[in-house]
Amino acid sequence: MSTSTAAAAELAIQAAQAHARSEGYWGGVWKRLKRDPVTIACALVLLLMLLAIVFAPLVAPADPFQGSMIRRLRPIGTENHPLGTDELGRDMLTRLIYGGRLSWYMGIVPVALAFVIGTVLGVLAGFAGGKVNMLIMRVTDVFYAFPSVLLAVAISGALGAGITNAILALTLVFVPQIIRVAESVTTGVRNLDFVDAARASGASAFTIVRVHVLGNVLGPIFVYATSLISVCMILASGLSFLGLGTRPPEPEWGLMLNTLRTAIYVQPWVAVLPGACIFVTSICFNLVSDGLRAAMDVKG
Amino acid sequence: MLVYLVKRVLYAIPIALAVGFVCFMLVQIAPGDPINAIVPPDAPQEVVEQVRRDYGLDKPLPVQFALWLGKVVQGDLGRSLATGRPVWGDLSSAIGNTLTLALAASLIGFVLGCVLGGLAGTFRGSILDRVATTFAVAGVSVPHYWLGMVLVVVFAVQLPWLPAMGAGPGGSADWVWDWAHIQHLVLPAITLSVIPMGIVTRTVRGIIAEIMNQEFVVALRGKGLTRFAIFLHVVKNAAPNALAVMGLQLGYLMGGSILVETVFSWPGTGLLLNSAIFQRDMPVLQGTILVLAMFFVALNLFVDLIQTTLDPRIKRA
Repeated sequence: MSTSTAAAAELAIQAAQAHARSEGYWGGVWKRLKRDPVTIACALVLLLMLLAIVFAPLVAPADPFQGSMIRRLRPIGTENHPLGTDELGRDMLTRLIYGGRLSWYMGIVPVALAFVIGTVLGVLAGFAGGKVNMLIMRVTDVFYAFPSVLLAVAISGALGAGITNAILALTLVFVPQIIRVAESVTTGVRNLDFVDAARASGASAFTIVRVHVLGNVLGPIFVYATSLISVCMILASGLSFLGLGTRPPEPEWGLMLNTLRTAIYVQPWVAVLPGACIFVTSICFNLVSDGLRAAMDVKG
Repeated sequence: MLVYLVKRVLYAIPIALAVGFVCFMLVQIAPGDPINAIVPPDAPQEVVEQVRRDYGLDKPLPVQFALWLGKVVQGDLGRSLATGRPVWGDLSSAIGNTLTLALAASLIGFVLGCVLGGLAGTFRGSILDRVATTFAVAGVSVPHYWLGMVLVVVFAVQLPWLPAMGAGPGGSADWVWDWAHIQHLVLPAITLSVIPMGIVTRTVRGIIAEIMNQEFVVALRGKGLTRFAIFLHVVKNAAPNALAVMGLQLGYLMGGSILVETVFSWPGTGLLLNSAIFQRDMPVLQGTILVLAMFFVALNLFVDLIQTTLDPRIKRA
C-alpha cells in the first residue's frame, strides 16, 4: 500500500510539473507518443481494423451468411476466396471482417462498463475511507478470491449462453480489478496537501472530488483499463469458444475457432485464422496500452 | 509477526465463507427454479414437492445457505444430474489431472519466465531485453486456446510426433508417470505455460531492474565483489515478491485451464465444467467452481504466509 501511495504522490507531482510546461500535459503526452514507433504502428493497425469492421458491408467481398455446400473448406489462395472458405462454404475473409464486429464489441464494452462502475466505487472507497472503504474493499476481496477465467465461466455458465450474459459476466470480472486501482490512487491523492488546502478554503467534498481528485486519478485508471481490453477480448472469445457467448451462425472469432476445430485435419491454416485475428488485436491493444502508460508517465 | 500470521489465517475464514456464498448463489441466478438443479425435469410433481421439502428449498434463502454449507463442509457436494453419481467422486480424479497439468505448465512457465526476466532485468536496454520483453508481451496477448490448436496442427497433424487429445493412451483418464502419458502432457502443458511465462518475465524483469538500481548494489560492486556474488544478493532480494507472483499464477492455472482442457480433451476439472455447462448439470458446475475457488483462497493464504516469513520487512495493512 505504501509504495502505491508514494507512486500516486509522485504521479501527482509529475502531472503538476507537466502542467507548468508551456505545451500542457496532453501536449507532452502526444509529443512522447509520436516518438514511439511501436505504439504508433499498433495504433494504426487497430485503426485499420476498426475501419474495416465498421464499414464491413463495403469492404467485405461476399455475404457472411451465404454458404455453398460444394465449396466447403477451400484452402488459402482459392480464386474469389483469398483466405479460403469455412466448414459451410462461407468466405473466410468476409467472415473474419464481420467477426471483428462482435469480438471488438465484447472486448471493449465490458471494460468500458467496468471502468465507469469501478471508478465510481473505487474513488468513493478511497475518498470516503472508513466504513465505506471497508465495505467496498471487502466485497472486492471476495471476487478477487476467484481466478478471473473461472469467475467468467462460472457466471456465464450459470446464466446460460448469450452475448448479454457474457458481457455481464466479464464486467463483473473486471469491476473489482478497477476498484482496487482506483481506490489505491485515490487514497494517495486524498492525503496530498492541495486537497487539504482546498478543504481549508471551503470546497465541498463534491467539488474536491470533481476538480482535484478525478483530474489526478482518471489517467492511471484509464491506462489500467486499456491494458484490460486485451485480456477481455481473449476471455470473451474464449467464452464463445466454449459456446457460452455468441450463437451460430453469427460470425465471431472465438466461435469461428470453435466450429472450425474439427477442420484442423483438413484445412489447418484456414482453421487457425480467427485465432490469429484475436492474437493480432490483443497484442496491439497491449502494446498501445504500454505506450500510453510510458507516455502518460503512469507508474506501476 | 506471529500476530500478523494469525490475523491473516483468521481473515481467510470470512473470505472462504463469502466465496461459498457466491458459489451457492450461482444456482440461484441460473434461469429457472433451483429445484431443476436437483431433480430431472421429467420427474413427477409429487417427487418434486418431496425433494423440495427434503432439501429445504421451501425455506428462506439464508436457511438454505446454512443447510447447503453444512453439507458442503462434510464433503457432500450433491449428485450429478447427468450421471447420478456423487459430484465429489468425479471431481476428485479430475482435480488430480488438472493439478498435474498446472504443475507441469508452471514448471515450464516459471523457469522460462525467471531466466528471461532475470536476463532482461540485468541487461536492460540490450537486444536480450528486447527479445525477452517481446516474448513476454506475446505470452500475455496470445489466446492460449488458439496456440493449442496451432501446436496440434504443427506437432500432431503436420509432424506426427505427439498425440493431440486426451491424457493417456486409449483415452484413459487415470494419470501414470510413464512415457506414454508424459507424451500426452507435452502440448497442453506448453500451451498453458505461455501466460505465466509472460507474466513472470515481466514481473521478474521489473523487480530485478529495480533492485539493480539500489545503492547497495553499487556498494557491493565498489567492494570488488564478483558479478556472480552480486547476482546472489540481488536474487535474495527479489525472491519473496517473485515467489508470491508465481504462487498466484499456479492458482490462476488451476482455475483457468478450462479452455486448454477443452482443446486437448484433457480429463480435468475444466472438461468436467465444460460438460456440466452444456448438460445444465448445476450440482457439478457449483461443486467444481467451489472446490477450485477454495483451492485459490488457500493458495492465496499460503503465499501470503510464506512471503511474510521470507521477508518480515514487508509492511501489512
